[in-house]
Amino acid sequence: MSKHHVTATINGEATEFLCEPQQTLLDALRDIMNLTGSKEGCGSGDCGACSVIVDGRLVCSCLMLGVEAEGHKIETIEGLAVNGKLHPLQQKFLEHAALQCGFCTPGFLVAAKALLDRNPNPDETEIRYWLAGNLCRCTGYDKIVRAVTDAAAELRG
Amino acid sequence: MPTLSYVAPATVKDAVAALSGASGVAKVLSGGTDLLVQLRTGRIKPDLIIDTKKIPGLIGIKDEGGGAFTIGAATPCAELGEHVALGKAWPGVIEAANLIGSTQIQGRASLAGNLCNASPAADSVPAMIAAGVTCVIAGPAGERTVPVEAICTGPGKTSLAKGELLVAFKLPKRGPKSSDAYLRFIPRTEMDIAVVGCGIDVTLDAKGICTAAKVVLGAVAPTAVIVADAAKALIGNKLDDATLAKLDAAARAACKPIDDKRGTIEYRTKVAGVLARRTAAIAFERAGGR
Repeated sequence: MSKHHVTATINGEATEFLCEPQQTLLDALRDIMNLTGSKEGCGSGDCGACSVIVDGRLVCSCLMLGVEAEGHKIETIEGLAVNGKLHPLQQKFLEHAALQCGFCTPGFLVAAKALLDRNPNPDETEIRYWLAGNLCRCTGYDKIVRAVTDAAAELRG
Repeated sequence: MPTLSYVAPATVKDAVAALSGASGVAKVLSGGTDLLVQLRTGRIKPDLIIDTKKIPGLIGIKDEGGGAFTIGAATPCAELGEHVALGKAWPGVIEAANLIGSTQIQGRASLAGNLCNASPAADSVPAMIAAGVTCVIAGPAGERTVPVEAICTGPGKTSLAKGELLVAFKLPKRGPKSSDAYLRFIPRTEMDIAVVGCGIDVTLDAKGICTAAKVVLGAVAPTAVIVADAAKALIGNKLDDATLAKLDAAARAACKPIDDKRGTIEYRTKVAGVLARRTAAIAFERAGGR
């Protein structure tokens, strides 16, 4: 099986990697680049734990091949905190206790960032619909929605 | 051991050549939101994946004027929803496309994938058929254009021949006082598969009387169903109680659904009538407002 040479920008850095054609972007991130923040929950696009941003669009990295990343700009959860300083979304998730086991959290954070990147002042309904593709099985969604609302307010200043 | 190859051709010609020259199972990759699930579960075992997204024009929306648009086959549904003029001319097609999956799925899923995956419950398909959308198909013998309803032949089956791929959708010109709508019924508010879907496109005269209509149901038969009797019930009439009752009856009569966990035959049939009424009300209101 011949491997493909892929060049992509990951969290702002030009990155090259070799991957097999059937490897998903999620596999490539986790197994090749050791970016293990993105999680595999369902592997079928239902849970959103593998959410990443590709060219500004939120996608499930389990439903994209690694080779499809060629030439694209990928943002993962690892790019959220800058120089060890948590992103306001991360800070607010902590303050609102918007997580328990934490497995879904990277996906929620990336999805919420994609929302706030395009809509700095979403109402509760917009937040809930936008995050409908992210499943949390322990905390429930109210704290997550409150954390996103609060982070949005802080980001607006 | 079978091995999988991946190619991302830069032209339609190269894609057709790769598809027709493939010795084993070749699959066309657009957004991949169905294909990758099938690949990972082992439901399909392709030898070759042909990614169409590097072909110029396969992603993009072209305003042809007068309400006509050309949509690249692999354009993500999220992009369709962000195009203001497209949504204004074809609100039904776009609301159907934007119902497919979550935000994440919207970022990748395409109309071509939704159509060629050939699920009886595909949301965009009844809406596109109602709107009179056609498909541009490229193949070894050149290009051909067929209506959307000519593509699906049964669950998971299409009329595309070996070597053929869908390259674009054509939305026709829009006359005055015409519009469309799509509704689907699911047991929850988001992230589910249609129990019934209904797409309706209507044209009205100055008095609000329907002069042309197309009514299409999804998820109530092996493929989307064009309900000619439902259109007949609308044409020549205003949307009064008698017309709505006829529409409801015609929609129910066209159903040949399955029983499954989302709904029984009886339930789906009943819902089809109700959904047709509600969809027609939206389509009439939109058309009347133009």
